Amino acid sequence: MTDTVLSVENLTTSFKTADGWRAVIRNINLTVDAGETVAIVGESGSGKSVTALSTMRLLPPGRARCEGRILLEGRDLLQASEAEMRAVRGGVIGMIFQEPMTSLNPVFTIGNQIAEALVLHRDLSWKAAEAEALRLMERVRIPAAKSRLHEYPHKFSGGMRQRVMIAMALACRPKLLIADEPTTALDVTVQAEILHLLRELQREENMGVLFITHDMGVVAEVADRTVVMFRGDMIETGPTQEIFAAPKAIYTKALLASIPRLGTMGDAAAPRRFPDVDPATGFATDGRVTQPVSADAKPILTVDKLSVRFALPQGQIHAVEDVSFDLRPGETLSLVGESGCGKSTTGRAIMRLVDPSAGSVVIDGQDVTKAGSGVLRAMRRTSQMIFQDPFASLNPRITIGSAIAEPMLAHGLLGRREAKERVAELLEQVGLSGTMAGRHPHEFSGGQRQRISIARALALQPKFIVADEAVSALDVTVKAQVSNLLLDLQEKHRLAYLFISHDMAVVERVSHRVAVMFLGEIVEIGPRAAIFDNPQHAYTRRLIAAVPMPDPTRRGHQPPPLNEEIKSPLRPHGYVPPKRAYREVSPGHFVQEAA
Amino acid sequence: MTTASLPLPFTASLRRLFRNRAILFGAIILAIVLLAAILAPWIAPYAPNKLSIVNKLKAPSFAHVFGTDEFGRDIFSRAIFAGRISLLVSLGVVSISTVLGVLLGVTAGFFRKLDAPISRLLDAMMSFPDILLAIALVAALGPSLTTVILALGITYAPRLARIVRGSTLVLRELPYIEAAVAMGLPTWQILTRHVLLNLASPILVQATFVFASAMLAEASLSFLGVGVSTDMPTWGTMLASGREYMNNAPWLMVFPGLAIVFSVLALQLLGDGLRDLVDPRLAKES
Repeated sequence: MTDTVLSVENLTTSFKTADGWRAVIRNINLTVDAGETVAIVGESGSGKSVTALSTMRLLPPGRARCEGRILLEGRDLLQASEAEMRAVRGGVIGMIFQEPMTSLNPVFTIGNQIAEALVLHRDLSWKAAEAEALRLMERVRIPAAKSRLHEYPHKFSGGMRQRVMIAMALACRPKLLIADEPTTALDVTVQAEILHLLRELQREENMGVLFITHDMGVVAEVADRTVVMFRGDMIETGPTQEIFAAPKAIYTKALLASIPRLGTMGDAAAPRRFPDVDPATGFATDGRVTQPVSADAKPILTVDKLSVRFALPQGQIHAVEDVSFDLRPGETLSLVGESGCGKSTTGRAIMRLVDPSAGSVVIDGQDVTKAGSGVLRAMRRTSQMIFQDPFASLNPRITIGSAIAEPMLAHGLLGRREAKERVAELLEQVGLSGTMAGRHPHEFSGGQRQRISIARALALQPKFIVADEAVSALDVTVKAQVSNLLLDLQEKHRLAYLFISHDMAVVERVSHRVAVMFLGEIVEIGPRAAIFDNPQHAYTRRLIAAVPMPDPTRRGHQPPPLNEEIKSPLRPHGYVPPKRAYREVSPGHFVQEAA
Repeated sequence: MTTASLPLPFTASLRRLFRNRAILFGAIILAIVLLAAILAPWIAPYAPNKLSIVNKLKAPSFAHVFGTDEFGRDIFSRAIFAGRISLLVSLGVVSISTVLGVLLGVTAGFFRKLDAPISRLLDAMMSFPDILLAIALVAALGPSLTTVILALGITYAPRLARIVRGSTLVLRELPYIEAAVAMGLPTWQILTRHVLLNLASPILVQATFVFASAMLAEASLSFLGVGVSTDMPTWGTMLASGREYMNNAPWLMVFPGLAIVFSVLALQLLGDGLRDLVDPRLAKES
């Protein structure tokens, strides 16, 4: 049976600006049938969230206006009164959002919050609502639901909170579920669990699901039909399989060509550039493999038995525990793992942004672990860092030219005049124009800002760069371009990168070697090919298997995920971590022995 | 402009300055008040302390535009002369408390080790009622115009320090501050260019509050007899002494009151406008 739950016809939404009304989405047409998942996919600013918010009538009435028709089971929502809409929201339409960490009230128990929705919408007594809340928690597969009913949100991990949010959305048996980037803030293994859960629930409830995402991998995993949006327009729509197999629109082709995919490396011993996509035709030329690293080169960075611990009243966080590796000029070593595994802390400890508790960091022959401010300043010329958030890593108050010149002037490398020329040169190197130096950061897009951060990092001519999730916040096509820029700069300057990322597909592209971290320890390290083609540690395998494949024909090839709480590196005071032994699988490929 | 010169493009700022109506309005009022205060001896129709018992408690008229007080003194003339002291006190207090507050706040916010001692000191200062602390300081230093300014400046410093410390704590964790540390910039440069520049908005807002509070606090001090000497009129003392006649001669309070209201309003408009102006994100392209 195919009942149409939602039908959007010629929807145009405009926002009020200083110069009058400006349409942000134009002529959107889509339908969602019962039991069907429709994905809206697009990059930031494409209007996918505005489409969802318009459907829920959640845009501020004075500043936004919607034209067209939004039919929910035949009833036009644009004509409905605000009181009727309140019954629709959370009643007929359930919604889940991106940010599970802030969407629960920290001062009420989980059970209380789910029950509240039930009392409100289904007119249950508190006692009945609580029983129903327990049933819902079991439905979204929260382990030991009964004992967790009376716990507070802070005891739940991000994935478990998202399950709670889903339970609340399902509380009133909605006909339609709108999921706005529900897994974007989650780790890949948790994402796989949540997607699996959503699929099962949808089958059981016969709901229609409108799934909004920027991730083509997720689309391939969940969607029956796909709507591709670009700058407010519907570019292409059709069955997901068809869109992936034979995209018609140029933009869709470019989008699909830019996606990092696992398993496209062949036997290359070095990173491979992302395909260069011609924006006019969407035609992609496959990326060139960059240079391998000479094996006998002296390491530029040696990390030995590094530990970082943070003391808390209830114990100690062993954020980084006994981590050792080295990095040679021109080489990329990727640190991968999920949030909280200690990969960022490792990078920050190397940069001495946090102080290591034990172990040593040797940069270019100099031990900087205990270095005083003089040595440290010299070290800051050798090593640089690029941060994740392109919006927060530049001071909003100073021009970008000034920001790039600043380190050169502070280290007394150049006078003001030469610095100005050098700034223009650096901007050209990262693909921007030297004339942009006088502008402020807010005048640039996310990708451009990340290029500016890279130019600033290059200003001191460092020998290695810690890139902490440097491309993670960028849109797919921009991500490919910035990754290529990093690879080009590496070849040109023989830069070494410590590439910290949770994105396995990008890591596979850009790395010479990969280290997998779990709960503060390296569980497996080795050449890129060895890690991806012959993963030995159970966690590495899980991590690789959880990456969504942008290929709808391979759907369901993933092992059923484990519904477990993530372990924590918080240990009691006086905890002595066990000595780990490593086994060499093949030359340079080490795996931690099971304890 | 050289690449690494001052962060604000001043020529562009000046051009934008008076396009902003709030700034224009604030600047005009403040200019009038300041001019009146500076030129007081020339524009005041009467001497501020000239007594005339026959003219006491006269309502506003052509002879006395703001009326006269209980001793027959011309309120318009007194208000103009009072502006000199009131504005001097307020500006002095704002300057002292801002400098002190920013120094303490940034130090506490940026250097973890100094946070606890400075914060405890601020807590201790804030646990006294403002006026009590000011009275104690004036009493210790001996009453005079300078000590009143100094005492109130110290009294209000914690208000700014608190705000600055809080904002610095947030800023310190931002990637661009970390990036500055990672680039090996000297600490003073990080503090001035990266921290202080981004604190401009909260500081400006808080400073306008202090400006208004200082004007009233000075009046309280005078009323309690530990303020500026009584033969110098201030808006605060005029308000305080006019209180007794509020029912039958309201002009005694209305005009000095309006003077305070307009000065504070002008400064707040100016502060708001300046805050938007120094923030490149809010600046409209010209």
